[in-house]
Amino acid sequence: MSAIFPKWTNRLPLLMLAGLILIGTGVTAGVWYYFTPKYARVGYQPVQPVAFSHAIHVDQLGMDCRYCHSAVEKSWFSNLPASGTCMNCHSQVLKDDPRLALVRQSAATGKPIPWVQIHRTPDYVYFNHSVHVNRGISCVHCHGQINVMDEVYHAKPLSMAFCLECHRDPAAFIRPPDKVTDLTWQWSADPRQNAELQRANGQKFVHDWKVESLQHCSACHR
Amino acid sequence: MRIFLTLLAVVVVLVVAIAGFRGSLSRRTPIEVFPDMDRQLKLRPQTPNGFFANGRSSQMPVPGTIARSTPLQTAAGPVFPYEDAAVNTGRLPGKTNFVDLNPMTVDLRLLERGRERYTINCAPCHGALGDGNGITRKYGMAVIGNLHDKRMVQMPDGEIFNTLSYGKGLMQGYAGQIDVPDRWAVVAYVRALQLARLGTPEDVPASAQAALRK
Repeated sequence: MSAIFPKWTNRLPLLMLAGLILIGTGVTAGVWYYFTPKYARVGYQPVQPVAFSHAIHVDQLGMDCRYCHSAVEKSWFSNLPASGTCMNCHSQVLKDDPRLALVRQSAATGKPIPWVQIHRTPDYVYFNHSVHVNRGISCVHCHGQINVMDEVYHAKPLSMAFCLECHRDPAAFIRPPDKVTDLTWQWSADPRQNAELQRANGQKFVHDWKVESLQHCSACHR
Repeated sequence: MRIFLTLLAVVVVLVVAIAGFRGSLSRRTPIEVFPDMDRQLKLRPQTPNGFFANGRSSQMPVPGTIARSTPLQTAAGPVFPYEDAAVNTGRLPGKTNFVDLNPMTVDLRLLERGRERYTINCAPCHGALGDGNGITRKYGMAVIGNLHDKRMVQMPDGEIFNTLSYGKGLMQGYAGQIDVPDRWAVVAYVRALQLARLGTPEDVPASAQAALRK
């Protein structure tokens, strides 16, 4: 028998077990780390057809989000502006700039600019922008610091766990409705005081506005 | 075992090298790991769609049709959007004359709404004070109306509403961005801005005058 199974095969089951554990750990860690929107979606920064900079328009010029995304308070969908909205200013500002050629062409012909959508929830998720922005959930909570992005990228995972984090404790996020589009706003510059004020005022808002922050399936999935 | 461990380490390094870390910027379209029903055969707004001839999912209303909607609550009662009424057109019914006074009930709520909408849509050019010194002036916007000009102050409310809706000169219309009641709110707020500059200290309530003089 010893000619068929040499002595080292005695350790074989142990080695196989150790190998399986190592491979299993590796695969589990890989799936845990990579198979999540935190990896798959965060950081997505497609090349847009027009090099529009939110940093210039919002941070430098101080424009409100709603100048362009005008329907965000009354629709589930936060609209992209019509090219005509760009032309409100760009008929005079940078009016011959080659970077804006596509915008001018679109406004003249009505042919849409092929913007690439970055934040796109699955089709079975029914997220409603208006109900969130009208109840003190800021753009920044889901989209990150768009106001300082030259090129927009996907900053937050927008996974179900991400939604539930807030739906389980809205008081930690909710802010005065008139500060929703002010992406740099906070209660206080001091982080501890900010957290305290957020807690106290958040709980008050949740109570006063009867914020439901539903957690059952059909709140978002229909 | 040594070979196995080396192989495992190589695989791990390879995966990390190819896939990178969480949150790093990438031009590639996100991978949908479990794509079941993620993308369904339904129209989403403002997306390309081959069904219509112009290739868009969002279509303009058919010419000559109107949206069914709820009436606006004006000072004189409810008015539907299709009615020939001052609140919808800015003009006297059946005439081309502009209506003199705002048909909405002008109260604090309307003024606050007007201030908010003015700050969003008008302040970039006309400035927070309405004097035409908005941020765009620094960037080459040549002609911006000063809302405190005598001509502007003497305009009937309906004409301001009309300018807001359809534009004037180099200004484009804002009918697409600001709803009808919000446009009247802006008209009311523009009036408040004008009044703020035309007022005298005597207009301030006696109780607040002392604070003003300090």
